Amino acid sequence: MHAISYAAPTTVADAVSILAEHGANARMLAGGTDLIVQVREKLRDTTVFVDAKHIPDLMQLSVNADGSATLGAAVACHQIYGDDAIVAQYPALVDACRIIGSTGIQGRASVGGNLCNSGPAGDTIPPLIVHGAVANIAGANGERTLAVEDFCTGPSRNVLGDDELLVSLTLPKPADGSGSHYLRFIPRNEMDIAEVGAGAAVTLDGDTITAARISIGAVAPTPLFVAEAGEALIGQTAGEAAYDVAANIAREAASPINDMRGTIAHRKHLSFVLTQRALRGAVARARGMEVGHGH
Amino acid sequence: MATEILSGKVHVNTTINGESTDFLAEPRESLLEVLRETLGLTGAKEGCNDGNCGACNVIMDGRLVNSCCVLAVEASGADVTTIEGIAGPSGLHPLQEKFLEHAALQCGVCTPGFLVSAKAMLDENPDPTEDEVRWWLAGNLCRCTGYDKIVRAVLDAAASMRGEG
Repeated sequence: MHAISYAAPTTVADAVSILAEHGANARMLAGGTDLIVQVREKLRDTTVFVDAKHIPDLMQLSVNADGSATLGAAVACHQIYGDDAIVAQYPALVDACRIIGSTGIQGRASVGGNLCNSGPAGDTIPPLIVHGAVANIAGANGERTLAVEDFCTGPSRNVLGDDELLVSLTLPKPADGSGSHYLRFIPRNEMDIAEVGAGAAVTLDGDTITAARISIGAVAPTPLFVAEAGEALIGQTAGEAAYDVAANIAREAASPINDMRGTIAHRKHLSFVLTQRALRGAVARARGMEVGHGH
Repeated sequence: MATEILSGKVHVNTTINGESTDFLAEPRESLLEVLRETLGLTGAKEGCNDGNCGACNVIMDGRLVNSCCVLAVEASGADVTTIEGIAGPSGLHPLQEKFLEHAALQCGVCTPGFLVSAKAMLDENPDPTEDEVRWWLAGNLCRCTGYDKIVRAVLDAAASMRGEG
């Protein structure tokens, strides 16, 4: 690594002023499991690490009075699956936090960091999208909010300006009768990057689907929100015929590449299969059944 | 007051294996580098240096972490347990005894990481299933043993620590 400096601000305003002063050379440091390695391997020119973990707003994890949840950008994965209220409301996000990296990685790596790293295969991003999460952003020109599906703009690229940081994510309260699931396919049994990942969230009224959101990862330059796949399910009876329709739309939406983890054809196929499975899991959870976290 | 931006040698106070420890570190240095090169605690190994292999694992504030993916300056105020802090004053930790008994190592480079990871697991879950042991230790890579002896040693150590050995 080159000459590097470190700051540990305790307020969002202080962090913003450091980012504004140092521009693209400064970067927020949450769990460090991506950033420290990227800087070491000279994949990033960061010279100022701005530690996110001394800023209370970035470390909060709470279910609010209105039933929504606030997830600070630097909250580590293990805190999320260790929080019973979050586990009950946002099972797809919890699925991702349990399978991302190893136990040691989950001890530090954050959901906010995963989003800001903006990898097409970032496991927590499809779950955030299906949960309808909103990114709360602060910068030199004030605060703004943005739906997570609009956050990433390309591989390792996102909407954040040099003077901006992700403060937190707001996850709306799921309606009664809701369930969600995220799963991925990897060439190994664990500890790998998704060849394809799929998340689904559904709301049921009896056997009828009244709301659904589907997102797939690692099949495009950014995680994809496949709005049409969810819309096609509304008013349908929960079951294989409906899942096939949505899964076909997800397969058509996927525009993957060939790489070491898989081919275009296999990723298209997985987009179909994993969307079916994510829907089965989401519906089962909406009915109060136990679904494992994909391991 | 504006936050100070630290560069050059930064003074860090931390607790390592129960002892208050001061060191100087540049912000670019990882906790692993400082443990090994500044403090002489060479039990934690550098395997991959990118968070895949687990050979550098330590317990920081109760959580298992890859010390190659932690900046040393981030350890300010933290409580760190390394492999050197696993054995008690009266002898080896049960995990260490069972690794020897089951011959759960060959070259030994991964072993400190496995022991620290297994201790972190047993601190949280004293009665893990084999599946839970394998899942928890998935972030520790061993190229010699095929893992079975390691998993058996951990399960045996857990039983022994529960008084069932």
